[in-house]
Amino acid sequence: MSDMNQQMTTRYKNNFLKEIEQQAEMGDWVKMCMQCGVCSGSCPTNFHPGWAHPPQEIFMMIRAGKRDEVLDSQSMWMCTSCYNCYVRCPRKLPITHIMHGIAEYAYRLGRAPKGQPTLHLSKTFWNNCTKSGRTNEVQLTQTLYFKDGIVSGIKKALVMQDVAIGLVKAGRLNIMEALGGGHKCKGAKGIHAMLAKARELENQRKGRAA
Amino acid sequence: MAKKEYAFYPGCSSQKGASASNYLVSVESMCKTLDIKMTEIPDWNCCAASISYAEAGNLPRHVLNARNFALAADNLPGQDIVATCAACWLGARESKERLEHSSVLLEDTNTALKEAGLNIKVIPEIKHMVEVLIEDLGYSELASHVKKPLAGMKIAGYVGCQTNRPFGIHGESFENPMYLDKLIETVGAEPTPYDQKVTCCGGALAFSEPEKAQAQIKDIIESAYDSGADMVVTPCPLCQANVEVYQGQINKRYGTKFNIPVLYYSQLMVVAYGGSAKDAGLNGQVIRARKLEDLAGK
Repeated sequence: MSDMNQQMTTRYKNNFLKEIEQQAEMGDWVKMCMQCGVCSGSCPTNFHPGWAHPPQEIFMMIRAGKRDEVLDSQSMWMCTSCYNCYVRCPRKLPITHIMHGIAEYAYRLGRAPKGQPTLHLSKTFWNNCTKSGRTNEVQLTQTLYFKDGIVSGIKKALVMQDVAIGLVKAGRLNIMEALGGGHKCKGAKGIHAMLAKARELENQRKGRAA
Repeated sequence: MAKKEYAFYPGCSSQKGASASNYLVSVESMCKTLDIKMTEIPDWNCCAASISYAEAGNLPRHVLNARNFALAADNLPGQDIVATCAACWLGARESKERLEHSSVLLEDTNTALKEAGLNIKVIPEIKHMVEVLIEDLGYSELASHVKKPLAGMKIAGYVGCQTNRPFGIHGESFENPMYLDKLIETVGAEPTPYDQKVTCCGGALAFSEPEKAQAQIKDIIESAYDSGADMVVTPCPLCQANVEVYQGQINKRYGTKFNIPVLYYSQLMVVAYGGSAKDAGLNGQVIRARKLEDLAGK
């Protein structure tokens, strides 16, 4: 386990609800859940495997102090950011953001499931778009295909080749982006500096060692 | 002088050679007809989209959007920001809401922005292109430019998620928004009764969990066929791409024979306004929209 996981276990002892309230984005809403289950019935991924705990269950598990079960869960990573739960919640909990917040916190603690594909996508996307200030779609796709090595990457690329050829023909896939071409921000340096500062401030506010 | 002026936030996917470049082409033609002047926010950056939540965290995400607010307010004072992409619009609106709600977050954001030589005082209004059309111009103004009604075309209006939730278009319901159907009628086509109009296409999970996302996309396409539609139309670049480009893979996986064109609202409008197929970006479709191409060529 990471140092941060130990640091937080010591700080919050057995009060996992307090830990989530203070550490996870929008976590202070968790106690407002009245367990009606509208969020679960509204989730487009609720019939897929991997979705062990719907949002209202995660919220109750947090209140019940089930720290390991929540932090190690795949469930939060199933969120597609469709905001269906968010607009339907009768108590107006920003459920989409709470799920993102819990997932992010699990990741910071080093507790997210190993090889979780949506976590990998999240990291890849953020690193890709902040590098030059704008998304490089071709490099994004390459990084995603080749995350498990060259052989598996080539297999994935072959499965996807019809999609790629269709996009190239339609002028919607710029091969030059693979070589670092394409659009970018002039102020990329400033962007890196401001984001480093933002990370530092966020860690300070949450009492986390940087 | 143009009738309306805005600070334009085109977003990454609409750049030349990117996955929604045809969207931008059609928006530019549409705005010319409607006399809308869009000035690009100088050196705008990516909104980070919803999917970067795990790596980005909270403050860095808002700081990224705040840079665009500062650049817009400094260079294009008094102009509302207009985004064409659902994710750009949502990300920017979310950051605006959070920053206006919390003085602590705003203070931290300005501390971080200082590193890039920027500062925010007033955050401009943030609109989706659809809001400009409906709220600032109105359906009758939009209809007044129609030269070639899309008569006889049946279109499923796929609103999707992020232009609909959590903010949505003012006055519309989350469960059954009508604006896209009204836009379809405005250009002279027939909106079909479409069950899956606000169903999620899987969003970014089309990359990370393709089987799960494609199960959702299959329902969205099937329902469009069931409604009798010739084509699907959407206001969102990710909805467009997900519903269009995976049809071949879905056919392999499920034994279906899907081959339905997926367009942007702006492409319909350009054709109805008498523009060419090229003006409408119709050469950017992976599944060609023959009916629209034929009409544009007449």
